[in-house]
Amino acid sequence: MWQTIEQIFPYAIAYTIPLLIVALGALYCERSGIINIGLEGLMIIGSFAGGLTIYILQNQYGANVWTIYVGLLVAAIVGALFSLLHAFASINLHANQTISGTAINMIAAGLTVFLARNITGSGNIVLTVGLAKKNLTGLSNIPVIGPLFFRNSYATTWIVLLILIVLTFILYKTAFGLRLRACGEHPHAADAAGINVSRMRYIGVLTSGALAGLGGAIYLVTIAGEFNGSVSGIGFLALAALIFGQWKPLGILASTFFFGFATTIANVSQVIPSLTKFPPVLLKTFPYIVTLLALIIFSKSTQAPKASGEPFDHGKR
Amino acid sequence: MNRKGLISIIATLLGLIAGAILMFAAGHNAFEGFMYLIQGGTKSLERIGNTIATATPLILSGLSLVFAFRTGLFNIGTPGQMLFGGLCATIVAHTVNLPRPILLVVLIVVAFIGGSVWAAVPGLLKALFNVHEVVSCIMMNWIGYWVVYYVVRDYFPNGSKATESLPLADELTLRSSWLSNLFDGSYINLGIIVAIITVILIAFILNKTTFGYELKAVGYNKHAAAYAGISVNRSVVYSMMIAGGLAGLAGLTQYLGVATNIQIGVMPTQGFDGIAVCLLGATTPIGAFLAALFFGLLYAGRGYMSVMTEVPPEIADTIIATIIYFAATSVLVERVLDKLKSKRLGRKVTSFTDDPLIGTNVQNTDDESDSIGFMPPTNDKTKGDE
Amino acid sequence: MDYVVEMLGIRKEFPGIVANDNITLQLQRGEVHALLGENGAGKSTLMSVLFGMYQPDRGCIKVNGKEVKISNPNVANDLGIGMVHQHFKLVHNFTTTENIILGIEPKKGLSIDLKSAALRVDELSKRYGLDVDPYAKIEDISVGMQQRVEILKMLYRNADILIFDEPTAVLTPQEITDLLKIMKNLIAQGKSIILITHKLKEIKAIANRCTVIRRGKYIGTVDVKNTTEADMAKMMVGRPVSFKVAKTESKPGEPILTVNNLSVLNNKKVLGLKDFSLTVRAGEIVGVAGVEGNGQTELVEAITGLRKVENGNILIQNEDITHYSVRKRTLTGVGHIPEDRHKHGLVLDYTMEDNMVLQVYFKKPFSNKGILNRKAISQYANRIIQSFDVRSGEGGASIARSLSGGNQQKGVIGREMEREPQLLIAVQPTRGLDVGSIEYIHKRLIEHRDKGYAVLLISLELDEVMNVSDRIAVVNNGHLIGIVNANETNENEIGLMMAGVEGGTQHE
Repeated sequence: MWQTIEQIFPYAIAYTIPLLIVALGALYCERSGIINIGLEGLMIIGSFAGGLTIYILQNQYGANVWTIYVGLLVAAIVGALFSLLHAFASINLHANQTISGTAINMIAAGLTVFLARNITGSGNIVLTVGLAKKNLTGLSNIPVIGPLFFRNSYATTWIVLLILIVLTFILYKTAFGLRLRACGEHPHAADAAGINVSRMRYIGVLTSGALAGLGGAIYLVTIAGEFNGSVSGIGFLALAALIFGQWKPLGILASTFFFGFATTIANVSQVIPSLTKFPPVLLKTFPYIVTLLALIIFSKSTQAPKASGEPFDHGKR
Repeated sequence: MNRKGLISIIATLLGLIAGAILMFAAGHNAFEGFMYLIQGGTKSLERIGNTIATATPLILSGLSLVFAFRTGLFNIGTPGQMLFGGLCATIVAHTVNLPRPILLVVLIVVAFIGGSVWAAVPGLLKALFNVHEVVSCIMMNWIGYWVVYYVVRDYFPNGSKATESLPLADELTLRSSWLSNLFDGSYINLGIIVAIITVILIAFILNKTTFGYELKAVGYNKHAAAYAGISVNRSVVYSMMIAGGLAGLAGLTQYLGVATNIQIGVMPTQGFDGIAVCLLGATTPIGAFLAALFFGLLYAGRGYMSVMTEVPPEIADTIIATIIYFAATSVLVERVLDKLKSKRLGRKVTSFTDDPLIGTNVQNTDDESDSIGFMPPTNDKTKGDE
Repeated sequence: MDYVVEMLGIRKEFPGIVANDNITLQLQRGEVHALLGENGAGKSTLMSVLFGMYQPDRGCIKVNGKEVKISNPNVANDLGIGMVHQHFKLVHNFTTTENIILGIEPKKGLSIDLKSAALRVDELSKRYGLDVDPYAKIEDISVGMQQRVEILKMLYRNADILIFDEPTAVLTPQEITDLLKIMKNLIAQGKSIILITHKLKEIKAIANRCTVIRRGKYIGTVDVKNTTEADMAKMMVGRPVSFKVAKTESKPGEPILTVNNLSVLNNKKVLGLKDFSLTVRAGEIVGVAGVEGNGQTELVEAITGLRKVENGNILIQNEDITHYSVRKRTLTGVGHIPEDRHKHGLVLDYTMEDNMVLQVYFKKPFSNKGILNRKAISQYANRIIQSFDVRSGEGGASIARSLSGGNQQKGVIGREMEREPQLLIAVQPTRGLDVGSIEYIHKRLIEHRDKGYAVLLISLELDEVMNVSDRIAVVNNGHLIGIVNANETNENEIGLMMAGVEGGTQHE
């Protein structure tokens, strides 16, 4: 059993990381008061932009590892730019955020494949080389945790965890974080205190766009290996993780790992005999079911930002 | 032409223009693209039949959204409900041996119930725990996605093809040879008749009955409905279940009509397209019917277009998605319209309301706590004490 | 004269209305200056102009003698102007300190210096006698305390000109006394205050001068000491206002509503109404007086069926309705003019026609076997609309949202009275309305009584309860403190009873 766990742990972490980074972005977005169900679409955009960048660079300069990091960066930037659509609709036009988010998902799915077909002819972008797994020298030899956390890990894992720490600090310790949270809870209070609510919400949405784009590209370079117009529902899973984690960074860390682990078991259960006793349908649906249960359990004491999804009208007081 | 209709048309035009720009940017002839797109959906009787067939599930999923919106709910769970309703009907068609007329009735009932059951969960969660239906619907979509995936893979696999279920014989589905013959061998099917009857029925329920009056009252203002003695919780569950049932019928017409089996491992796009249909149809049953035919044309014609030109078929999906976005941001259009109007009348027009979006009657009008947002399941009960 | 603020000839237009028309307000240093006007007279607009939320179309603002342009609230803050809004602007899950420093956070390195901020809050709180705990969460403290946090927000920003927007509306009598004390304290420390209100008593109690506006127009500024309440009321309304409501002696008949030993839970799941008994007879109006949140909501919702009863029973003409559904109670003869017409009274997106049949749509002739009869509905609705003088653009076809508050309320009252309920429960029936509508509604309530029906009136405005009711039941903390006859009591007695002093003799 232990050996099995040792085997699948790196996979579980690899699966957790894109979920985590996307959910963190969504956290900032919702904390600023905007709901973003366009995460899936923004991930697809990131996966496409990152994939295309890496594809072009690798054709030009060969399979160097730096191409991948450039791809990740481009993915984040393009994700942020694309999320402007959602920001504009929900902040400036007070549009229904669910509809706008759904439109983002659908535009992304159609547009990226359309462009990919125009560029590569097939609608897919296959990477020659993805990101390599590495053992962290020294750390990977620590008993128990070494094999679990520090063997076969991707560099992106450590980048994302660093981002987690930074974002947590900003959210809870800095003036910016206080203001962001105020915008999600009571935008009129923030407005009366002289805070530019629209600007804060733009920052929230753009952060979410950038991190979802990054997440889509991380998924591409670590797990998928090719762009094909889909990220298999990870965006929606991240949304579930955000809720299950009750809109708190550490809660999200726990819930994404939980979901990542369950999904990994479901994916490998046919390969690893000791896991066949878990019916895969249960493991696959498990994140969504526990999120529904969490919604019920926390329905009386939810930590959801109070004004999330509510358009802010400066004049209405 | 009323205002909502005008806005729908403007959103559509903007979507088409965006499509044209996209085609142009990718180096294609947009005019040619559109020409073949339309020809592909209308050129022959067969193609017209196919357009109608493609539109059929869209009519029903759009109707599902319309019904939900009108009763204050946002049913974003149509994909899951379609899948599950379609799965139930598929199971019955595969396993139960009935004379065809009875089978057809049973299939319709079973698909409706399947969709209803899937939608009942968000309905109950909203009624009992004040969980916002958008979130629970999204969860139900993915639960449905995986349940259907494994049921089909384990019980109704199509041989070695891992992506679809075993096809049904035409006699076990809504396909009908006289309809097909009428349209030169098109895959048009009895689903369109189901859809037309349903559109009329739903329009009647919403506008002419006390039941519709109650559901809409709850949708607009649940507090006032409760005050008037209408059972809010029951209405929410009924609304959700009817909306789900309509999506279940969409699943029936898709998987046992347009196709004869279920594709697994994909969310049915017809589900989310229902949002576009609903918005473009100005949240009315008849509007949804017309909008669905238009989208049916785009989808049915895109194959022909991509054969005749170099334009990838995904242009149709992109156009539809863009139309949704423009419908969501219709405020912008309204502002422009207002400006034009005030110029013409030479006076100031009272400012537009905050939520002129076609579908915003989802938002409960009464209190800010019921944001469409991800739900803070507001304890509006405790609000009074503050 | 030493004016800290001068607003001269201010005009502000909105599409369709002139909210402020040539209004002048001059605030002297160290005074409490009342701004008096009816609901909708333009007080809030004027203050929003001063606070930088709106730009005036005409006129100028001077602060400390210098003309200024206040383009947004931040500019107002910099000029030393602070405002306590009627609806507090506090983040519920932040601490008091976090709320106070929001927007001007002191920093230590990258992070907020919460410790020094809390110290400063504590120090300010002590200096002005506010007694605020810098580390308490907003959701855990009382409304009165939240208001003090709002005051601290202004003081923390070194504001010298303090605007209070209807500050007493949400407070208990004790809290009001405390607030007036705090305001005096602020004046003593060199601050100047603008008090927005429509309550004449408060003006008399605290203000030095009073500026009156009516329908957006400037009426005048008076010295409070030398002006009677009646004069100020006349300036506010534009004609002499009689606070007495014309009505004859009541002739109580059979009991219509009997409430026996009723106990009801409030939203916090503790008893909000405790062992409460009350009888309302045919042909009388019983008023319920009390500070907000002392069991009135629980009483009304228990009688109308919107809230579960823990103990006791409710009878309508000897029929036990304790466990009836809302609908069955409506049919038994309970009419209810709800406290919040937007939340409970109307479906704002329905037409007035549809709203007029909200409780009867399922009955013949409005529907038959589940199918609506539009013609019957329209006739019925338009009859109510006419007889209650509900003014709207397109009569019954108007969307309820498009009507003015007064007309919406008349519609609700018409709907309830048209059903001729044995018991009519009127909760805050005149809140937010102008004096004309108030008088009309009072007249209608008395008419209902005179037809031989029972009326239960719940209001937070003591004047209203005393003028309209025949008997007055006083509640405090969910208990019935006593019942007094309206013409044998006075404000003092009721005020004491509202504070929980059991003294009122049981008149029966």
